[in-house]
Amino acid sequence: MKIHEYQAKSLLRKFKIPVPEGGLAFSPDGAREVARQIGRAPYVVKAQIHAGGRGKGGGIKLAGSADEAYSVAGQIIGMELVTPQTGPEGKQVRKVLVEQGLNIKKELYLSILPDRSTEKILVMASDEGGIDIETVALKTPEKIIKVLVDPLLGIQPFQCKQIAYDLKLKAAVIGQFEQLLQNLFRLFISCDCSLVEVNPLVITASEDLVALDAKISIDDNALYRQKEIHELRDQDEEDPLEVAASRFGLNYINLDGNIGNMVNGAGLAMATMDIIKHAGAKPANFLDVGGGASAEMVENGFRIILRDEKVKGILINIFGGILRCDVLAEGVVQAAKKTGIEVPVVIRMEGTNAEEGRKILSESGLNLITAVDLKDATQKVAQLVK
Amino acid sequence: MSIFVDKETKVVVQGLTGREGQFHTRQCIEYGTKVVAGVTPGKGGQEMAGVPVFNTIRGAADQTGPDCSLIFVPPSFAADAIMEAADTGIELIVAITEGIPVLDMMRVKNFLKTCSSRLIGPNCPGIISPGKTKIGIMPAHIHKPGGPIGVVSRSGTLTYEVVFQLTAEGIGQTTCIGIGGDPIIGTSFIECLDAFEKDPETKGIVMVGEIGGSAEENAADFIAENLTKPVIGFIAGLTAPPGRRMGHAGAIISGNKGTAKAKIEAMKKGGVTVCEDLGNLGKLCAEVFSPFL
Repeated sequence: MKIHEYQAKSLLRKFKIPVPEGGLAFSPDGAREVARQIGRAPYVVKAQIHAGGRGKGGGIKLAGSADEAYSVAGQIIGMELVTPQTGPEGKQVRKVLVEQGLNIKKELYLSILPDRSTEKILVMASDEGGIDIETVALKTPEKIIKVLVDPLLGIQPFQCKQIAYDLKLKAAVIGQFEQLLQNLFRLFISCDCSLVEVNPLVITASEDLVALDAKISIDDNALYRQKEIHELRDQDEEDPLEVAASRFGLNYINLDGNIGNMVNGAGLAMATMDIIKHAGAKPANFLDVGGGASAEMVENGFRIILRDEKVKGILINIFGGILRCDVLAEGVVQAAKKTGIEVPVVIRMEGTNAEEGRKILSESGLNLITAVDLKDATQKVAQLVK
Repeated sequence: MSIFVDKETKVVVQGLTGREGQFHTRQCIEYGTKVVAGVTPGKGGQEMAGVPVFNTIRGAADQTGPDCSLIFVPPSFAADAIMEAADTGIELIVAITEGIPVLDMMRVKNFLKTCSSRLIGPNCPGIISPGKTKIGIMPAHIHKPGGPIGVVSRSGTLTYEVVFQLTAEGIGQTTCIGIGGDPIIGTSFIECLDAFEKDPETKGIVMVGEIGGSAEENAADFIAENLTKPVIGFIAGLTAPPGRRMGHAGAIISGNKGTAKAKIEAMKKGGVTVCEDLGNLGKLCAEVFSPFL
């Protein structure tokens, strides 16, 4: 789960990591009010959306006075902000973070994330802060400092020291940095993060370390024990169909194709999307109804897929294991009758009680196209898009 | 022969008395799996389907001597359950549970380095040696005993699809293993490939991967250097968008890493015959494995 910059910064504050003074505003008036409370220009007005690269799209602006904070907030709030991460349609800005502008001497990069290949926690730092770390990794990998932390031990003082010296920090900042990294690591573990990124971490003219920007993601599997953080979820930032699907307990991702699909199991669901592409069409979604899908889940799945206006046809691919095909077929027939499906539906089912399932489908009198195997399903999908 | 398990493997089920645990344990017993004990804290002394229930693995181990533990414990307790089994010295731990937090699994994985146990999973269908034993949740009837093919996969139902196509072509399986869809898992592709290579009854291997991480690339390098047996590969997720988690916690393209295209290329380079049309996988196996069938 992603959270906003202002939410990430309040977590940082909780873990005693310095962030610029500031506050959230939903209107130009609110932005002026926050600026007045800070009381010292300049101010920075930052769009709060779940995507990086906001500055490039005009989502971050400087203001020399509280009145100017009012006017730039007016430009940002309500805009469809397009950044390299939002896609061409952009994202609507609903709120801004107004902060005290700082006198910056140096920008650093600092992040913590789980590393799959070593199965340890990776701390990355660079003295090339403020820019896209993936570009640095690609072009000048030697500029990225990497330290692996044993998850059983946690970060050790010598590791913090090592990174501080590798960053060539001045003596005045080294102690601060070590403390900051210890605190950041504590935050990473306590909040079950899948990423904590401070970019840039700045050294101010007065030799203070401040987290100027912050990006934090939380491990979805750990949300059950992160109730406070779970409440930070902002559904405005998510696809409306995905939000609706998550309410039904469905694992759904909206894509830009024309063939909807419903599958049991994530691997088979991905493979089914690939089959749709192979047939010359494009998948409109990823939808895993799970191994133990009920008739109700299938019905809800149909509702979600059909709310997507791009969908011109549907492929259902079920491998009945524990979930019996006859039970599934009943679910499909019920759902089709209730939701009044107007697009063609190709159904391929295999596994437990597949014959009985196919019989139920063919006797339903509905416009359901049964496929005998995956090859047949591919051909039938290809015919749909012709 | 089969890898990691055989007809004599004695299984203790952790989380036996839960809904999933009960259902799947009955299926395993029906298949012929030797389930010797169950563990549910607070339910020691009870019985389920003739299987004695203990409060702790230690208790079950002392009285029934299991070699393998099958875990159905909910995600919030699963990491602890795995460590309990490993600490008791259970040789093989099969964790079905989906949804264990990554940091928990990271601690478990680093703890396991101090133990002799092998972990399969989590977030996996388990392991089956057709006709001998089934330690997991896969539908039994789609499998065909007698080999000569081994199957290893990161997925559940996609593995069933592959096995189904093999069986439809009259090709049996020695062992089928789901290694799990999480970012941190116990047994890797490489360890399974190595075991299949050493198993005289396995003549060929089907390996099913998906987007995310670099396990398939590493396996491809291993295959190029160490395998003499033919490998057919399939990778799911060619159409998956970057940055999105495709159902499995581990199935995510991060930046430009973990794409299906890169994995397919790496596998081809490693000498794997890559199937690019899942509907045709059975036929392709029949062709490539024909010398052994």
